[in-house]
Amino acid sequence: MDRREIAALLALEWRLDRRQKHAWGSLALYVVSTVYTCHLGVKRLSSVATWNALFWIILLFAAFNALARSFQREDGGRQLYLHTLAHPRNVVLARTLYNAVTLVLLSLISLATYVLFIGDRALAEADMGLFIATMLLGAIGLACTLTLIAAIAARAGSGPGLMAILGFPIVLPLLLATLRASKLALDGVAWSTVSNYLLAIGALDVLAVSLSAILFPYLWRD
Amino acid sequence: MKGLWWKLLATLLLLYTAIIGLRTPLGPAIVQTSVSRIAPGPLELDVWGYGTHFNSDQPRAWLVNDSQRVCASNITAIAGDHMKVFFDVPAGLRKQMTDLQVFNGTDGLVTRYAAFYTDSLGGGIAEHPCVGGKSLELAYTFPNRDILNESIRNLFFHVPMWFTMVTLMAIGVWKSIRALRTNSLDEDRAAASAVGTGLVFGVLGLISGSLWARVTWETWWTTDPKLNGAAAGVLIYLAYLVLRGSVPEPAKRARLSAIYSIFAFAFMLLFFFVLPRLNDSLHPGNGGNPAFNTYDLDNRLRSVFYPACLGWILLGIWMYQLRDRLARVQTRHSDANDQ
Repeated sequence: MDRREIAALLALEWRLDRRQKHAWGSLALYVVSTVYTCHLGVKRLSSVATWNALFWIILLFAAFNALARSFQREDGGRQLYLHTLAHPRNVVLARTLYNAVTLVLLSLISLATYVLFIGDRALAEADMGLFIATMLLGAIGLACTLTLIAAIAARAGSGPGLMAILGFPIVLPLLLATLRASKLALDGVAWSTVSNYLLAIGALDVLAVSLSAILFPYLWRD
Repeated sequence: MKGLWWKLLATLLLLYTAIIGLRTPLGPAIVQTSVSRIAPGPLELDVWGYGTHFNSDQPRAWLVNDSQRVCASNITAIAGDHMKVFFDVPAGLRKQMTDLQVFNGTDGLVTRYAAFYTDSLGGGIAEHPCVGGKSLELAYTFPNRDILNESIRNLFFHVPMWFTMVTLMAIGVWKSIRALRTNSLDEDRAAASAVGTGLVFGVLGLISGSLWARVTWETWWTTDPKLNGAAAGVLIYLAYLVLRGSVPEPAKRARLSAIYSIFAFAFMLLFFFVLPRLNDSLHPGNGGNPAFNTYDLDNRLRSVFYPACLGWILLGIWMYQLRDRLARVQTRHSDANDQ
């Protein structure tokens, strides 16, 4: 792990993304239009369980959308060029970090639009600090587990469908834990009860990132 | 015939499992009573048993509440598995739940714990000096547990399926690591064979579990943490097959699927062994539900369960080897055709 290399790779990602502003726009548009469609269907939600489930469905698919493109750029020559410049381990760590930041921003945007359209009636009893902590941890978890999957799917080169097929069963435990934890947070349950889940999510992240760091170099070897 | 002994062993173990596991009768138990709530006053109670001999000699019956006994005033056996028992239930029993115990010369002591919800609680009753009875040393039987009953035999078929699946997937991971290190297509083919065979056992595990759930829970499927984990575990490896199918180039397919298989195996272990412990589960073995662990004293189930596990795992490895050999022959055949 080389911090300077990772920082340089992060800067590169940022510069490339700034050139493709439409990508960010399409992500935000995706979230807003999904939330608005839900709003058309349900108007205002007061059931905590439904509110929670709907929110995570929106966030999950937004995450798949956002991460699917994270390795789409490297085709053939560009990947080889990057390979000569940086160690693949640093590449995957930088990409995971970048994706985590992306998803954290995306989840905050989602939460804001969601509360705006679907209402905050379900939040009456909620411990907002705990809910946001769970949400951010969940978003980081999605980035950690899905980055390697996105890389595999991009290398397989058979469209965005494969990413969902490969990724969905892998994120299931993370999703179960975050759904449960955020439901507890919305019900206003104490930190001590939820901390078990948060620890589990953290452990999942560590496992996923270390496996990615070990396996990714093999993925880039041709 | 080198290497034949363990295949013979697998066959023998599975024969033993099938015969002993299915032929051994269950021990006697009370499965149903005509009422589930008792109040002070005379009580005429119908009791149905399973594997019992109510019409044998020295029939006795009594209620137990907080170790105080209420003896039956009269007992009439209608059949081996059906009898009428008459009680004079006194007022002032101490605990909410009352047990029912019956005894006869053939079955010995048979208990139905928490058989009755009890009304009119109080500070205790006058002791009845009724004749009790000890449990007898019975012939070779399996424990007859409430709700599980005959389905307890599924222990020898459903549980080893998952052990076999995990074993085969571990072989798959081992072969995947070798494939990544050596770039050998042979290792990749072996990994795919192991995963394919493991999936067969995973699907059999789902089917046997689903049938069992239909009988005991009256549903084919519920959203129990243990079931979610099992489904996700199988789903992961189906995704593995999709990944293999979508990459035509053999060397690239080998590398991608090996990476996914290693990643997936770690998560499958989480699904199977960690996740169900985070949440309460209805599955036997979780949340105080009867399962294997509660039979620590019962070595009869163990004497079939352990051989069954070994037998199924050996059978799985045998199937994997055959599959791998078939795949090798097919590859050579198609290579020869290409040239």
